[in-house]
Amino acid sequence: MKNRNVIIGLAIFVVLITIPFWYGAGKESKAPELSLDTPAIQALDEKKCIEDTEFMRSNHMELLNDWKVQVVREGNRIYVAEDGKEYLMSLQNTCLECHSNKEEFCDACHDYSGVEPNCWTCHVEPEEVK
Amino acid sequence: MGLGFSFLIACALILGVLLGVEVLGLNYLFAVIIPYLAFGVFFFGFIAKILKWARSPVPFRIPTTCGQQKSLPWIKQNKIDNPSSKAGVVARMALEVLLFRSLFKNTKADLHEGGKLTYQWEKWLWLFGLIFHWSFFLVIVRHLRFFLDPVPGFIRILENVDGFFHVDLQALYLTGFGLLLAVTFLFLRRVVIPQVRYVSLAADYFPLFVLFTIAATGILMRYFSRVDVVAIKELAMGLVTFSPTVPEGISVLFYIHIFMVSTLLAYFPFSKLMHMGGIFMSPTRNMANNNRAERHINPWNPVVEVHTYEAYEDEFREKMAAVGLPLEKELSKDEAAATKA
Ligand code: HEC
Ligand code: HEC
Ligand code: HEC
Ligand code: HEM
Repeated sequence: MKNRNVIIGLAIFVVLITIPFWYGAGKESKAPELSLDTPAIQALDEKKCIEDTEFMRSNHMELLNDWKVQVVREGNRIYVAEDGKEYLMSLQNTCLECHSNKEEFCDACHDYSGVEPNCWTCHVEPEEVK
Repeated sequence: MGLGFSFLIACALILGVLLGVEVLGLNYLFAVIIPYLAFGVFFFGFIAKILKWARSPVPFRIPTTCGQQKSLPWIKQNKIDNPSSKAGVVARMALEVLLFRSLFKNTKADLHEGGKLTYQWEKWLWLFGLIFHWSFFLVIVRHLRFFLDPVPGFIRILENVDGFFHVDLQALYLTGFGLLLAVTFLFLRRVVIPQVRYVSLAADYFPLFVLFTIAATGILMRYFSRVDVVAIKELAMGLVTFSPTVPEGISVLFYIHIFMVSTLLAYFPFSKLMHMGGIFMSPTRNMANNNRAERHINPWNPVVEVHTYEAYEDEFREKMAAVGLPLEKELSKDEAAATKA
């Protein structure tokens, strides 16, 4: 009786603690291939984001945050990048101008890492613009 | 003493990672080998400990209860504090595990002028204990997003609830900060209250330092010094699919984070943290108080030779009858005749 309960308890423990090992067993997991194939990026001479790629990968949310604060609170709409280039600080009109393939770019990455920015409840997604 | 010692150990561990990753470039060791080893120690150590505990004999029901036990029908039983059925035991255990019910009864003793002793309710330990454990649990569940691909829906839902509050654009996870806050409280409690400090050992401070470091580096990574989460997920998925790779460009903060998690895991089975499994095996919590309704026989009672009254009378019946002692079973007719003769 007591031993049965211990076995059941341990079985539950083992199943729960090993979820990550059996959940995707047999399936291969790969970070998404990000597509840069958009008209705006094709037209670029140098395929470069606003800041360097490393920075963008980890810090794009901070950048967007700064942009939003600059625009909404300071009324400043021009961003000067590290390399001196100027950009209009806008989620829809700058980021998604180049990355107009939101689904294969932003979303692919966010799905993989399990984040769901709620921006699109207010801001307009590229498809809707068309 | 214990405080300083644990602090030094925790600092040495952090310095070890900094040195190992930044100077010696032992990324593979810290990102793959140590986490695997730590998980193995945790997994098998935990099971071994539970099996060891399960083997220790619990001969009798041990009712340390604070309510009326099942008695006559007109006396109201306290079904949860003093359960007589399995359902009652399950309810008591669930309340204990999920809400820390017995900690809620925590009191603080104070000696007043004239030697007067008073007890008062003390709820802070219960509150922060609860915040700590629930936050810890929810943070771990949320972390499954690094280990599961695709990320299941319930984790999304949890993220949305937990991250209900936003600071500027970013979701602020309450449980992450709850964890840090509660660990800090639990630590200060040990340092500030003299009586608690007196009974605190290195083994009490050490887990708190480790947890503090884990929560602090996690919060740094999420809100202050950004890390490449996609690379980290690749690493985590590599670990759980047994094809480990160490992507480039992972910040040292992450190495500290995962090394401290590994430390915690490896330390777990040998420490007081085993109360996670132990709570379910507490004899005072997991047994119904039915001592008076059912007979529990100690399984290792030795076989004792007994001479029952019945056997005694059988042996001496004739002699007893002869001197006129009262008998439970009278002599049969033949025997009576034989005695008289
Ligand atoms: C001028 C066009 C352009 C604009 C505007 C732009 N990007 Fe990019 N972005 C690129 C290109 C090109 C790359 C690929 C760089 C590379 O592969 O080295 C890139 C890469 C990235 C990456 C890294 C992807 C990876 O491979 O890991 C992120 C994240 C990103 N962009 C987000 C943003 C965000 C957020 C904005 C708005 C703040 C933005 N981008 C605006 C062109 C642009
Ligand atoms: C390289 C993968 C990648 C790409 C590409 C990418 N993101 Fe992200 N993004 C992330 C990750 C990972 C997070 C979450 C980081 C965390 O959990 O701290 C994130 C978070 C965010 C956040 C903050 C949300 C929050 O609650 O934390 C915003 C806003 C955001 N991304 C916008 C964008 C936009 C807009 C694009 C497309 C132009 C984009 N991202 C492309 C990986 C990416
Ligand atoms: C509640 C609605 C709402 C949500 C949700 C929201 N925004 Fe905004 N955002 C606004 C409004 C309104 C402005 C002001 C637009 C202007 O003045 O041009 C703005 C402006 C901005 C700007 C600067 C101007 C521009 O055109 O882009 C950025 C950048 C921005 N938001 C990013 C984000 C990001 C990233 C998210 C998701 C994490 C987000 N916002 C979510 C309403 C919202
Ligand atoms: C004992 C287990 C762990 C605890 C208590 C813990 C705690 C935390 C906390 C409190 C945060 C802050 C953000 C939040 O609230 O979610 C965080 C972030 C983070 N943790 Fe952990 N962690 C643990 C294990 C791990 C493991 C095993 C990994 C390996 C993949 C990991 C990777 C990360 C990463 C990458 C972040 C930053 C997330 C972001 O930027 O969004 N953690 N952790």
